[in-house]
Amino acid sequence: MAYFLQQLINGVTLGSIYGLIAIGYTMVYGIVGMINFAHGDVFMVGAFIALIAFLALTAIGITAVPLALLLVLIIAMILTAVWGWTVERVAYRPLRESFRLAPLITAIGMSIVLQNFIQIAQGARVKPLQPVVTGGYELFQQGSFSVIVSNIQILIVTTTVLVMGGFWLLINRTALGRSQRACEQDRLMAALSGVDVDRTISLTFVLGAGLAAVAGLLYLLYYGVIDFFIGFVVGIKAFTAAVFGGIGSIPGAMLGGLIIGLIETFWSAYFTIEYKDVAAFSMLAIVLIFFPTGLLGRPEVEKV
Amino acid sequence: MRLADSGKTLGRKLSSALGDSLLAATIAFALFSLVLGLRTVDSATGLALEPRPALLATVVAIVFFGRLALNLFVWQTDYPLTRPFAKLFTLEPFETRDEVTLALAFALGVLGVAAGVLFQETLYGLLGTLMLAFIGIGLLRRAIVRTFPNLPYTQVFVAGGILFALFFPIVSYALESAFNLGLPLRYWFDLSILILTYVMLGWGLNIVVGLAGLLDLGYVAFYAVGAYTFALLATHFGLGFWIGLPIAGAAAALWGIILGFPVLRLRGDYLAIVTLAFGEIVRIILLNWTEVTGGPNGIAGIPKPTFFGLPFSPFAEGTTFSGFFGIHYDGLHALIFLYYVILVLALVTNLVTLRLRRLPVGRAWEAMREDEIACRSLGINTTLTKLSAFATGAMFGGLAGCFFATRQGFVSPESFTFIESAIILAIVVLGGMGSQLGVAIAAIVMVGGFEALRHTAGLQAIFGQEFDPALYRMLLFGLAMVAIMIWRPRGLVSSRAPTISLGDASAISGDLVRQGRG
Amino acid sequence: MSGADAKSWDRDPILTVEHLSMHFGGITAVDDVSFAVGCKDITALIGPNGAGKTTVFNCITGFYKPTEGMLTLDGKDGPPRFLERLTDYEINADARVARTFQNIRLFPGMTVLENLMVAQHNGLSRASGFSFGAIFGLGRFGIAEKEAIDLARYWLGQVGLLPRADEAAGSLAYGDQRRLEIARAMCTRPRLLCLDEPAAGLNAKESDALNTLLQAIRDKEDTAVFLIEHDMSVVMRISDHVIVLDYGKKIADGTPGEVRNDPHVIAAYLGVSDEDAAALEARP
Ligand SMILES: Nc1ncnc2c1ncn2[C@@H]1O[C@H](COP(=O)(O)OP(=O)(O)O)[C@@H](O)[C@H]1O
Ligand SMILES: [Mg+2]
Repeated sequence: MAYFLQQLINGVTLGSIYGLIAIGYTMVYGIVGMINFAHGDVFMVGAFIALIAFLALTAIGITAVPLALLLVLIIAMILTAVWGWTVERVAYRPLRESFRLAPLITAIGMSIVLQNFIQIAQGARVKPLQPVVTGGYELFQQGSFSVIVSNIQILIVTTTVLVMGGFWLLINRTALGRSQRACEQDRLMAALSGVDVDRTISLTFVLGAGLAAVAGLLYLLYYGVIDFFIGFVVGIKAFTAAVFGGIGSIPGAMLGGLIIGLIETFWSAYFTIEYKDVAAFSMLAIVLIFFPTGLLGRPEVEKV
Repeated sequence: MRLADSGKTLGRKLSSALGDSLLAATIAFALFSLVLGLRTVDSATGLALEPRPALLATVVAIVFFGRLALNLFVWQTDYPLTRPFAKLFTLEPFETRDEVTLALAFALGVLGVAAGVLFQETLYGLLGTLMLAFIGIGLLRRAIVRTFPNLPYTQVFVAGGILFALFFPIVSYALESAFNLGLPLRYWFDLSILILTYVMLGWGLNIVVGLAGLLDLGYVAFYAVGAYTFALLATHFGLGFWIGLPIAGAAAALWGIILGFPVLRLRGDYLAIVTLAFGEIVRIILLNWTEVTGGPNGIAGIPKPTFFGLPFSPFAEGTTFSGFFGIHYDGLHALIFLYYVILVLALVTNLVTLRLRRLPVGRAWEAMREDEIACRSLGINTTLTKLSAFATGAMFGGLAGCFFATRQGFVSPESFTFIESAIILAIVVLGGMGSQLGVAIAAIVMVGGFEALRHTAGLQAIFGQEFDPALYRMLLFGLAMVAIMIWRPRGLVSSRAPTISLGDASAISGDLVRQGRG
Repeated sequence: MSGADAKSWDRDPILTVEHLSMHFGGITAVDDVSFAVGCKDITALIGPNGAGKTTVFNCITGFYKPTEGMLTLDGKDGPPRFLERLTDYEINADARVARTFQNIRLFPGMTVLENLMVAQHNGLSRASGFSFGAIFGLGRFGIAEKEAIDLARYWLGQVGLLPRADEAAGSLAYGDQRRLEIARAMCTRPRLLCLDEPAAGLNAKESDALNTLLQAIRDKEDTAVFLIEHDMSVVMRISDHVIVLDYGKKIADGTPGEVRNDPHVIAAYLGVSDEDAAALEARP
């Protein structure tokens, strides 16, 4: 029971990170109908920006952890958002009305570019960071096993909840959210009724990248080590999460992230850690067989 | 009056160009300030930062001036400087200013080459050569097309390509043995084998993606199944390549069906992610099922194919290739033989595909890509049709994998990562979905170009001695993928050849051909 | 209704629809509709926009699974087929019901002839040893393909598209595309042909040609024609049997003459013509 609870805590933490990234996939899919393959790598760039910003702040003497983290968060969100914007502008916008597979290939190309750019600019070695947020609370003890929720886990889950809450308000209460939904349903009609489609799509990428930057920072703090390749693995998992929840659906992305995080954690805890990804992917395949458009995705009736 | 007017527009143009370039430079600064301007280095106390202001400034300056030049000379002008170069590859007549521009460019090229030869400036020499080659090829092409406007260029090109592929190893080997030219034959053969492997993989995936319109992001899984099937059969049961080949193909096809059955109900991107997941699952299993697959160490000691039972080995009279034919042993024989094996495999893939396109199942694949609902209204069982495409594509992937195993003599999970699937898919899409010729060209361009980057001393001259081109080639590869796709969203060869006709049918414009939703 | 005064479609139906209902979430698109389609008739299904006509077609041809109801295809060539139990492709392959779509669905990147060859897939596939046999020269694919081309030629001649056989279907003019879709459906050798608004968007001349074509199909091909149509004059001229839907319910069923004077129909159609007029005026 104690062990189970501990895994639940770990799984929710991991799921939060996946959820934040999955939103970026799902939003872009909802609005332009493409798999933004480079999104995982935008997350990776966000983690690097966070790392470098943190080191730079330390170097200039800002060592108070809460202040430093807040600044890092802001810097990382802004700069990563610029990356997200640039990727869309360079690789996707020229192909907006083009054939379905063309933007998929440019997205894969951009993913390769980002990975190798960071590898060249920052080196291929893993980048460790000493623990920044330490300590935690022991919830209770059962035999020799104590259930611990660490401060970093609390930080991750609260940040995620806050950020997602803010994001939820943003897309449900503002003109941007309305424009987004309009573009999702019918881009041409949206444009005719005065929605600036290019701007809305750009903002979607900017938002997604901002959330990915938050995930990047949290990942960095949680694992204390990043490298140029994390974008691929985490990205695929987050994309799986988005599909799991029903791609295009934002609550679905959050739910999917949580589920993938839990599957992975529990599988590692009770079975074998090597096959945790196999478990997550197989689960995805099984779910899709019964819910062909994911858990919360709109069922797709073919209009004949 | 006119002068003042044009002065005003010039001023406005300049200021808008400057503004745009400044914006671009600002964005570049934001992008690169941290990740390029500061480098994380290991130090005694953990990570430290090493500022690189000069590098950052250079990159931002390049963005600024590059954008400014583009603004002034290409985008915001009535006469873009790129126009004469584009015209080179058409039949439009040149205006005087086109000729002047081209002459100037030519002169610059000559200067560059001269600088390269006289002052050992490799960079200028390289750029000059490129410029001259570009103009030269353009002019030559113009001249040929002008003189013989009605030649069937595609057929000539294809026939030439096939003849070249058939005779190049033998001819170059004969030349080398006769005159001792010191040609890097081993490297050439290795590279052409690699390219042909990708051509074959591209053709195999083309069945699934290009013809049937199903997005498969895990094609490498079938490649892996083929490779490991043969590796295991060979190392455990001592099966040779020629027996292993069909078994590997069948195993991959079987896996195609096993995977396909549950997932083919899925549409579009759901199918894509499941195929991707399948590819990863296969890789993870290969990596971790150590007792069977050898885990990360893979399987070594996979035998080479024999020539009708004759092995290529230096030992034993009579029972080896060289002994049997009474020629002296040369390690290149085996390589040349491998070249022909993969050439035949690739050509078989191509011929079977071309044949299938003209058979009911091939037409059903393409019809399904065009409109799946219409297909079903005509009584076509689309599930079976999808399965057949999946299995056929998988089978060729498995055959290629079997060849890969025998060529390397060694397989490990590292060779079967997602990036392989991505490259093969890129070859199919960049080539022009469904076009066999386009896929072959794309494979040559992508794999050949990628390989060429490894060996270019010229790049070192540009970026200094410590520059390692191998490091940058993946970056350039990704950039090339983006650039080609934006340049030609439908791929290099976008038209579709009809499979049957009453009279003489001409190729169908790519704009009418759909790309499928599945 | 029995004996001599039974209608031809009740006496000799090819398709019997009983208590067909189709719900989409809260919407009831088709509400307890029953009718029969005669095997030697041109039957017209009419009704205002959104009445549920296309939905009825989709239920018959298996693209939607009806919420309730029985759809029986009379089996002259074997046992009766219960369409609600077959999936979409079986309805064409096994029950031999072919259809066209309201929004034309051709294979635009394939030639006209290729479109018609795809329609003959099942026969050709069997003849070619499921294609994979033919790679090795098995089967009698050559002969079968010649016959298929002949059938395609015949139908191209019927719809006047023979000169365009080698052009891409997507490059044809709208009216040609509509006729090609009919030819393609006929190439599956159907016993029942369902046409969803075949005359939509055609000019008067094309529309006349279409009428002739449909009558020829009924008279010469042993194929019953079931069509959705908006133009009442066309309906009155060529159909033997008219079924009227409004808001998902059947409001009339009979010969053109009977239906024309039915007060329900007049009411429904007066409503529609107002809407149509409004829609026409609203157009730029
Ligand atoms: N796939 C579907 N999902 C939801 N509603 C549908 C679907 N297909 C049809 N409908 C609804 O059913 C009703 C009848 O539509 P339809 O059969 O197309 O009408 P008609 O062809 O007579 O113009 C309409 O209200 C339409 O919105
Ligand atoms: Mg309709």
